[in-house]
Amino acid sequence: MAVKSIAPYAFEPKDTADKFPAPLLYIGWDDHKMFCAPFCAPMAPTMKFGELVQGALPGMYGAHPDFARIDWGQAEWFLSGKPFTPDMDKTLAENGIGHKSAIRFCTPGLTGLQGSCF
Amino acid sequence: MDMKVNKKLGLKERYNLMTRDLAWTPTYQAVKDVFPYMEYEGIKIHDWDKFEDPFRMTMDSYWKYQAEKERKLYAIIDAFTQNNGHLGVTDGRYINALKLFLTGVSPLEYMAHRGFAHVGRQYPGAGPRVACMMQSLDEIRHAQTQIHSLSNYNKHYNGFQNWRHQHDRVWYLSVPKSFFDDAVSAGPFEFIVAIGFAFEYVLTNLLFVPFISGAAYNGDMGAMAFGFSAQSDESRHMTLGLEIIKFILEQDPDNLPIVQAWLDKWFWRGYRVLTLVAMMMDYMLPKRVMSWKEAWEVYAEQNGAALFNDLARYGIKVPKGWEQACKDKDHLSHQAWNVFYNYGAAAPFHTWAPSEKDMEWLSAKYPDTFDKYYRPLWTHYAKEQAEGRRFYNKTLPMLCQVCQIPMFFTEPDDPTKVAYRESAYQGVKYHCCSDGCKHIFDNEPEKYTQSWLPVHQIYQGNCFPEDVDPTKPDFDPLMEVLRYYKMEFGRDNLDYADSEDKKNFEAWRNQATSN
Repeated sequence: MAVKSIAPYAFEPKDTADKFPAPLLYIGWDDHKMFCAPFCAPMAPTMKFGELVQGALPGMYGAHPDFARIDWGQAEWFLSGKPFTPDMDKTLAENGIGHKSAIRFCTPGLTGLQGSCF
Repeated sequence: MDMKVNKKLGLKERYNLMTRDLAWTPTYQAVKDVFPYMEYEGIKIHDWDKFEDPFRMTMDSYWKYQAEKERKLYAIIDAFTQNNGHLGVTDGRYINALKLFLTGVSPLEYMAHRGFAHVGRQYPGAGPRVACMMQSLDEIRHAQTQIHSLSNYNKHYNGFQNWRHQHDRVWYLSVPKSFFDDAVSAGPFEFIVAIGFAFEYVLTNLLFVPFISGAAYNGDMGAMAFGFSAQSDESRHMTLGLEIIKFILEQDPDNLPIVQAWLDKWFWRGYRVLTLVAMMMDYMLPKRVMSWKEAWEVYAEQNGAALFNDLARYGIKVPKGWEQACKDKDHLSHQAWNVFYNYGAAAPFHTWAPSEKDMEWLSAKYPDTFDKYYRPLWTHYAKEQAEGRRFYNKTLPMLCQVCQIPMFFTEPDDPTKVAYRESAYQGVKYHCCSDGCKHIFDNEPEKYTQSWLPVHQIYQGNCFPEDVDPTKPDFDPLMEVLRYYKMEFGRDNLDYADSEDKKNFEAWRNQATSN
């Protein structure tokens, strides 16, 4: 189905990659809904995946008591809902992450405040 | 001498003279050119005269009653203002529900005025045209009376001063704004099904009753007065919504699948907007009327089911998404208030964690879910706050492409897992919060790729004041966004516990009640 319109309906999408300082990345931490929704932030495609984990995530998630307990070797990652194994030494682009990619991670054994998934 | 005395006109004749006699068939111009929007949506109308205006018997008294209601309303507002009625509300926290209403709902009344004026112009039938014009008048009256009633609070409390400016800019206000913009940018038939039926008829009780009985329960005569003044209009609007949908369905069997698709879409769009009401009812009212769950059960599950049973005669089915909405009732308000608690620095009203007493109530109203899922969160926040670390989330959230709400909604059968739904259109990814919103996106991707998503707009650099200088060493993008929102940091936002509103309310109430 398409939009029903009185004239040809073709408009530029609002959020193409060229409009942002860097491609947008969405990221969520499963079972930790204290951070009410996944985050959205521009991330340079040349950034190493390891830098994302070590550099950016503490600022986003550090306020949760579980964050300090994460064993990153155990963390499971998902890209567009499918399991994937990121290479920490490769860049986001080399890991197949592009504009508006949604990634999630799950930290087995850590299930939020008193196991509430918050 | 014989006098010729004309027979007194009956109500019906007077109505006809006043309305339908004002209609004519154009001869200089083709009907199609005068009403150019009547065909492109695919709806087929064969006889406009079959529409029976639900207002036809009350038309005469309409003006008299409206004038009477206005006089009463303003008399009450005056009395409320002169007696410092704002100090009589249950608690200063209550006033934040009014800020939510003024920023989120009153601008929609104005948009409804514009929308009904527009579609009224487009219908070739005199009946619906007059009915839409009357509703358009009601809607602008509602916008005005709400603004007038609430302006009294603006004299005393923070966060009321820039509601109109904020409606077009602030992240959470893009939710109600985009809902209405979606409707007014659709065709006249979709608009009337969306707003006249799906919203005014199916969902309006869940918007209006909670706010207005909330006002009554919390001692706010001012807001209560505009609510009651609007209520008799609302029942007329509901009647119009129902009559018009029946009329469209009766006109041609081809209309049914189109109307059903609009119902599916607009039930879900409206339900998502009601997220704000759910959290208001359970978390923002110091003295609560009923829980969101109870309201949903009465107004949606019972009344809604009766309505859809009635419409089954026309082949209409319960809207897609209904079942999920019923499952969500145990979770919606708690999850939603957490969003505002997280981003309490970026909204022009105050937020707070529920007190122990509040939590007792929540636990009693939500015996299956509150203690298990939500109490640990609020307890944690309270502890952090007591130790001087009130939690504010400083990273911007991922938003749903359709409803524009931060993606907090969970899977229908697992309240611990955030729902992610992904679509691709012309090589770009788009994300939605639910099957309902994804379905809407996939049906009209060209429309929703244009969504003005506040978070994306901030990252594109479109939400800074004009005088901003990003090269300055102390440039703080989030503070600049608040300046663009015209929100005063530390006064309009943050936790209620530390607010000027709280301090003032308590001091003034003490003055009013003791020496």
